[in-house]
Parts: sequence; C-alpha cells; structure tokens
Amino acid sequence: MFDLYRPGTSFLHRAPAGGKVLALFVLGTLAFIVDDIRLIFAGLALTLLLYPVCGLTLKNAWAQIRPTLWILIAIFIAQAIFNTWQLGVFVIARFGLLLLLAGLLTLTTRASDMIDGIERGLPFLRPLGVNPAKVSLALSLALRFIPVLAQITREVREAQRVRGLENSVIALAIPLFVRTLRMSDDIADAIEARGYRP
Amino acid sequence: MIELTDVSVSYNDKVVLSEVSLRLTERRIGVIGSNGSGKSTFARLLNGLLLPDRGTVTVDGLDTKTKAKEVRQKVGFVFQNPDYQIVFPLVEEDIAFGMKNLGFDKATIAAKTEEALKRYDLWDHRTHAAQFLSGGQKQLLAISGVLVMEPSYIVFDEPTTLLDLRNKLTVTGAIRELEQTAIVVTHDLDLIADFDRVIVFADNRVMADDVPEVAIGKYRKAMGDV
Amino acid sequence: MTLNTRDIVMIALFAALTAALGLFPPITLPIAGGVPITAQSMGCMLAGALAGAKRGGLALALFALLVAIGLPLMAGGRGGFGLFLTPSGGFIIGFAAAAFVIGWLFARHSGEVPLVTSIIYIAIGGIGVVYLFGIPWWAYTANQSIAVVAGKCTVFLPGDAIKVVLAALIARGVRRAYPGL
Repeated sequence: MFDLYRPGTSFLHRAPAGGKVLALFVLGTLAFIVDDIRLIFAGLALTLLLYPVCGLTLKNAWAQIRPTLWILIAIFIAQAIFNTWQLGVFVIARFGLLLLLAGLLTLTTRASDMIDGIERGLPFLRPLGVNPAKVSLALSLALRFIPVLAQITREVREAQRVRGLENSVIALAIPLFVRTLRMSDDIADAIEARGYRP
Repeated sequence: MIELTDVSVSYNDKVVLSEVSLRLTERRIGVIGSNGSGKSTFARLLNGLLLPDRGTVTVDGLDTKTKAKEVRQKVGFVFQNPDYQIVFPLVEEDIAFGMKNLGFDKATIAAKTEEALKRYDLWDHRTHAAQFLSGGQKQLLAISGVLVMEPSYIVFDEPTTLLDLRNKLTVTGAIRELEQTAIVVTHDLDLIADFDRVIVFADNRVMADDVPEVAIGKYRKAMGDV
Repeated sequence: MTLNTRDIVMIALFAALTAALGLFPPITLPIAGGVPITAQSMGCMLAGALAGAKRGGLALALFALLVAIGLPLMAGGRGGFGLFLTPSGGFIIGFAAAAFVIGWLFARHSGEVPLVTSIIYIAIGGIGVVYLFGIPWWAYTANQSIAVVAGKCTVFLPGDAIKVVLAALIARGVRRAYPGL
C-alpha cells in the first residue's frame, strides 16, 4: 500500500500502533503545557536522537519539517515583530518538536496497522452510534478506490488535453464526478450481490 | 431452477422488460441482445439486485422479493468491470469479503481462499494490491470471490467485454470449467457458441430462445448481418 | 444515523476522489493573478453540494482520518498526524464541517438550485465554515491573535472566491449529467 512508512525493526517499528498514537497525544499535549524553552529543546534533541535509533536518517527528519518551513518562518517573523524574538524561537521549536514526533509515528507505522488499530478501537465508539463494520468497510473502500480514481483522473485529464481543455477545471471535474457517481451505483450493487447487508 | 413468471420492469416510466416468462434449467445459458434490449435488467433480476414491478422471480422456489439473503448466496454475480467488484485493497482481503458476509468461520475462510486462489494461479498474489493485477487476473479474482460463496448459479454480466484477447480466452476457459450453472449475458458470440441454450432479447422481450446455432442465426438476421 | 450500502460507497468514493484530486499538480489560472487552484480544495465544496450533508460531511471526515493515519493525500504529498498540529489542522477539520453545512443548505431546495444561490451556499461553507475552524486553530498553534491570522487569510480570498464559483458551475453540470441525485 502507498504510505509514508519506512520499513525497519526498531522498538518503535514493533510497538503497537494504538500505543504510539496515545504516546503522541500525551507528548503533544505536554509540549503545549510546558512553557520552559529548555524543556522544549531537550525534547527536540531526544526526538532527533530517536531518528537514527529507529534506523531513520536526518534527511527523513528534515522531510517532516520542510513542507511547513515557510509557515514556520512566517510565524517567527510575526512573533519577532509583534512580541519578542525569544517567543518566536519558542513557538517554532515547539512546532518542530510536534512535527518530528508525529513523523516518528508516521514513518514507523504501516497504514494497514493503523487501520487495524482503528478497527480494534471502533467497538468502543458503538455507544456513540458508530457502527464499526460500516466504518471499516468505508475505510477499505476508500483505500481500494484512491488508486482507481487517480487512474481515472489521469485518463480524463489526457482526454481533455487532446481537446485542448487541460486547463479547464470544469472540463476535468464534471466527467470525473459523474463517473464517480455512476461507479458508486455499480460498486454498491457488487457489494450487495456478495451478501453484504448494511 | 430459476423461474420468471410474467415479469415486467419499468424504470422512470420506461418499460425495460415486458411480460417475460422463462424457466432456466440448462447448465450453460447465453443471453444476447442489442444495447438497451433489457438483458442487463434480466441479469439483475436473477439474484434480486433488482425486483420485478410485476410478476415473480424464484430461485429453487425461493422468491427474490422475500428471501433476498438466501437468493444472494444461491446466485453469484460477476460484473462487467472487475474494478468495481473488487472492494478491498488486498487480494486475500477481497476474496474473504463474501464469506465473512455469510458468516463462515476463520478456518473455512482460510481454506477456501487458498483453494480458490490456487485454482486461478493467484496464490502468489494473495498479499498484493488488487490494483496491480492484470485485467484478466482481476476478472478471475472477481470470479473467485463469488465461487467461494458456494453458489449454485453464477450470472455473468458481459464478463469479457473489457478484456483483450488473451485475457478473454482465460476468462472464457474459466467459465467453461465451472461446475455451477452459468448464465452469461454477453455480446461475445464465440463465448456462448457451445452453450446448451441461448436467449435473445429485443425490444424488452424474448425474441428467440433456442440452441445457440438457431438463436444466434436469428439474432444476426435481426441485426442485419446476413 | 442510518447508512445504506450506497451511502457507504459514496462516502468512501468522495473521500477517495478528494484524495485523488490532490495527486495532480495545481492548475494556475491567468485571472486571479496566477493563484494556483488545486482541484482538491474543491473536494469539500463538491462533496457537500453533490453527496449531501450526511454523506459529504462523513466523506471529508474519512479523508481527514486517512491523512491522519499517514497517507500522503494532501496536495503536494503531505500527510501524517503532524499535519493536524500545524496551522493546516483546523482547515482539514473545517473541510468536513463545510461539506456538511453545504449539503444541508442544498437540501433545503427540491429542484435545481439557482446558480447564484448555490454560489452563496458554497461560499458560506467553503469559505465561512472552513475559516471558522481554520483561523482559531492557526492562531492557537502559532501563538498569534485571531485578528492577525484573519488578516493574513485575506490573501487567500480571491482564490477562494474563484473556487466557489467553479464549484457551483461544476455542481450544476454534474447534476444535469446525472439527474438521479
């Protein structure tokens, strides 16, 4: 399956997905409570150390920060102007910590293990009116049809390019949504034909 | 036996099938007709995906209107586009779906999955994404997903239309080898040439119902192919 | 809340379609000063307008869940739980709420919704509701005042306005081509 997982055998790779999500949640909350910059930097250092320990590279760590870099810079500048530059450093250091922690979760956990974790947790949501079987079917269907729809999007784009319409969002989207709706009729039929009762 | 008695179906006030009565007892039945002749509607009536507006459809005496669950197990359905029939990301997950719906236990599911995947040379692909199978392999996976539910009848809705020649031959061979009764809706006249019976639909009615040679001859003539 | 098989399939397919739209490079329009239009951000507007409140809202919630578990589905290949801790987090949650609100507004009409009305509906959800979630979370995560963040967001408004009009036109086209909705 396509995900951001990096294979490995470290203790974080072997840890259960649910435990890692819980740990991230607790550590993330702590990072928001703590107001001592030294603790944030200590956390940053420890988290960075975990990357090589888990067989990941510093390049992997940098890849967690890079997509958000311009936001971090903008935040730093805003804080430096409206407040103090020290607060700017604090805020972006806390951001970096959260991104790197979340990155550890994403890089060491297969999407399929996450889904298994979610499916195990779903029965606890039953009192809220959540039907675990339905959520799990919707998750599987979405994963199955992302590549199918990506392929169809590519086909529609190519067809419109031939007609000189490649820059028209409307010409791309209308056939795509109509096909998706027709497909959902056929898929629903196929699911029911295989004995599924909602 | 599947039996249709005075079946009529309309869709948005347009008649799609009009007063069709048929008894399906042969092991290999082909269904042909031009686009919009009502043959796809006919196929969907057989396992209760579609219910008749008037008349009744029964499978071994079970009415599709009242015994939906039993009918769905007795009559498997293979769709034209396997991409829409495969609903789980991985090959082995998909094949287990129908069996889970029928409440099979884990050991049975594992055994039947192995048997079906080995039968069609898909065993090595069991943990692969269905997305990466060829068109023919996808159709075989779709057929496997139906076979493991142990149906007595299998309805195919244009199973070879989207396939290239090689894959078409593979799927045609797979249909020939089935122990079950097969009812095949198709435009592919080669596929049904050696069947026991061919039903021709035209203008929402049965135009011909005979051995393949005679029925296909009438169909060709009606289509202006002399 | 009862969901039949077709509802579940539509939820999954609209989530998958929103994801698929993000895999393609954005289209840059000469009008709007070259603001890139990612088809993905129209996902929530169209899910609401075409799939309805319940299915559209759940489709975008499912999309958020898929992003959270680490699939790189956001435009530009971004994904993972970390994204929710950045200023983007509120927007992703806001998408689901927006789809719900747009679907609810459309459901108040029986026949075809007039184009101007549907533009207003999509703007309420796709701009109003999205920023209602996006701005406070951005302000919170970045230690900035809501007013400052709101000021920054005005940069996106011209692009958003174009997306709203496009989404309304697309929704109308789809409804005409697929009347059974």
